[in-house]
Amino acid sequence: MSIFINKDTRIITQGITGKTGQFHTEKCIEYANGKNCFVAGVNPKKAGESIFGVPIFGSVKEAAQQTGATVSVIYVPPPGAAAAIWEAVEADLDFVICITEGVPVRDMLMLRNKMKQKVAAGGKETLLLGPNCPGLITPDEVKIGIMPGHIHMKGRIGVVSRSGTLTYEAVGQLTELGLGQSSAVGIGGDPINGLKHIDVMKAFNDDPDTDAVIMIGEIGGPDEAEAAVWCKANMKKPIVGFIAGVTAPAGKRMGHAGALISGGADTANAKLAIMEECGFTVTRDPSEMGKLLKALL
Amino acid sequence: MKIHEYQGKQILKKFGVSVPRGIHCTSVDDAVKAAETLGGSVWVVKAQIHAGGRGKGGGVKVAKSLEQVREYANQILGMQLITHQTGPQGQKVRNLLVEEGADIRHEYYVAALTDRATQSVAMMASSEGGMDIEKVAHETPEKIIKVFINPLVGMTDEQALTLAKGIGVPEGSAAQACDAFKKLYTCYMETDASLAEINPLILEGNGNIKALDAKFNFDSNSLYRQEEIVAMRDLDEEDPDELEASRFDLTYISLDGNIGCLVNGAGLAMATMDTIKLFGAEPANFLDVGGGATTEKVTEAFKIMLKNPKVKGILVNIFGGIMRCDTIADGVVAAARETHLSVPLVVRMKGTNDQIGKQILRDSGLPIISADSMAEAATKIVAAVK
Repeated sequence: MSIFINKDTRIITQGITGKTGQFHTEKCIEYANGKNCFVAGVNPKKAGESIFGVPIFGSVKEAAQQTGATVSVIYVPPPGAAAAIWEAVEADLDFVICITEGVPVRDMLMLRNKMKQKVAAGGKETLLLGPNCPGLITPDEVKIGIMPGHIHMKGRIGVVSRSGTLTYEAVGQLTELGLGQSSAVGIGGDPINGLKHIDVMKAFNDDPDTDAVIMIGEIGGPDEAEAAVWCKANMKKPIVGFIAGVTAPAGKRMGHAGALISGGADTANAKLAIMEECGFTVTRDPSEMGKLLKALL
Repeated sequence: MKIHEYQGKQILKKFGVSVPRGIHCTSVDDAVKAAETLGGSVWVVKAQIHAGGRGKGGGVKVAKSLEQVREYANQILGMQLITHQTGPQGQKVRNLLVEEGADIRHEYYVAALTDRATQSVAMMASSEGGMDIEKVAHETPEKIIKVFINPLVGMTDEQALTLAKGIGVPEGSAAQACDAFKKLYTCYMETDASLAEINPLILEGNGNIKALDAKFNFDSNSLYRQEEIVAMRDLDEEDPDELEASRFDLTYISLDGNIGCLVNGAGLAMATMDTIKLFGAEPANFLDVGGGATTEKVTEAFKIMLKNPKVKGILVNIFGGIMRCDTIADGVVAAARETHLSVPLVVRMKGTNDQIGKQILRDSGLPIISADSMAEAATKIVAAVK
């Protein structure tokens, strides 16, 4: 098994005809069962056409009705990204992954509250991953997003991270040690986003085919601490933790919009301390993540 | 993106928040003229730089005559103003704000910011205005009142009143304070701010509420739709190297160490800096070349890093995904040649086409040190600069 996605997932691509959407869709289709998984694209102006053999529909709702897809991935440029997510939510999809980097924070604030309002009113809940994330992958089954497929290997270790390349780093170390991955999830670097560390840790905890997890965070925000406290009480599997940004100065945005130290509790040292207290095996040497995890098994 | 206080006050005024009358000046003569135009007998001469703590650093003076206005403007304009936010080198003062004096009965604090945990807008206020709010939060957290505003609803009357009562605004001025809070919220949302802070917000002798300072940060993702805000950008206040880097779509932040680093991805870039420190040295910068690095971008990145005279060695750390290691290797070789690189260079490449990349580095004939892991790369560069 795996979390959130597998070889039977059927996926709509929003922004499939743009340069980025085309580039990554082609790679996703080539990976494992991608050819069967990516069943629809959306572009109102090109409805009825197709690209890489994938039919294009005028709306997410129509694409879902025609193909039975329940998941969507979004490459729409920043000004329209929040509206694209909302379209997928209104179509009652199960899961939406927004890759787009640079979405205005106010748009995400409005969107997240609209999503919560919909659920509070009895509507169907749609899970959101991202924005500004690499997506997620279940090795040898399906990859949704921009990560390099070939570094992954099927197995029983979960990986979750806010950073794309740091996720690849952890996956690369695991694969070199012969430890495959159940799923690897990039939750993205934005301050207002969908799934957080805690949500992904819960999913790994419930997945019978995940034995252990590498959780990677960075400076800024309360998410890693929140996840650590939950794990202390509930997590049944060993965890290796790393936080990037011990050397980051306060008050400076370190590349990611959400990577900014604004208080005392969101520094790398404070997060590492909480994770250690909560029973994680933490490291300050990111080269050791894989080795440490292997020692825990 | 940050702006000056005088610009922040223009924005507040536009949204209906009361501010003192004031005039922005760039010369001593203009400052005196501004005081004459404003009239009255007390003026405040305020240095305009993008950093807090200006008062303590000697950048804010109260003048009781036009001669004093001239004297203070003369002192402040052109000075290197050093505050806890500028670093030891300080920031040159190029702009002044001359304002009418205010009759201060009490100083409050109020700020709006985006709260990640609740995914709402937090507005926080305190009776302890005019001070460093982080100190207040640390020492007397009960003196900070917070409300969380659902952006689909907006700020309610109850929330505004909770703040006004919580910080002890007298009853006769509570309506004015509530009005100021609501307008600050509207202003925060409509300008795509990431922080809007008034410290102090004052109660005047006559019971009026006024913003005596204004500090704004704006969400850089939203600048494309905020023309008025973008027009307020003052490039003189920004780090010239960071600015140069942004022109090439590189994210660069200068730090105090002596190992330059060039990495793809923000998280990996921070992790690389941390590894350098772990192995006994300090990073000279944060530099994310992003996902689509070309030879040109890598060359510019090298030039920017090497401008820093403290840099004694460079570590390149690339995890090739979509970006191929052979492309990066070509870029590194070209950059090393073009910049006549004379400091040690360690390159760690992993992922797509890493073996081809390493071969390119070996074949270049340049003294490039290769490494397999981040730890090995850090060990090698630290040894090379010692």
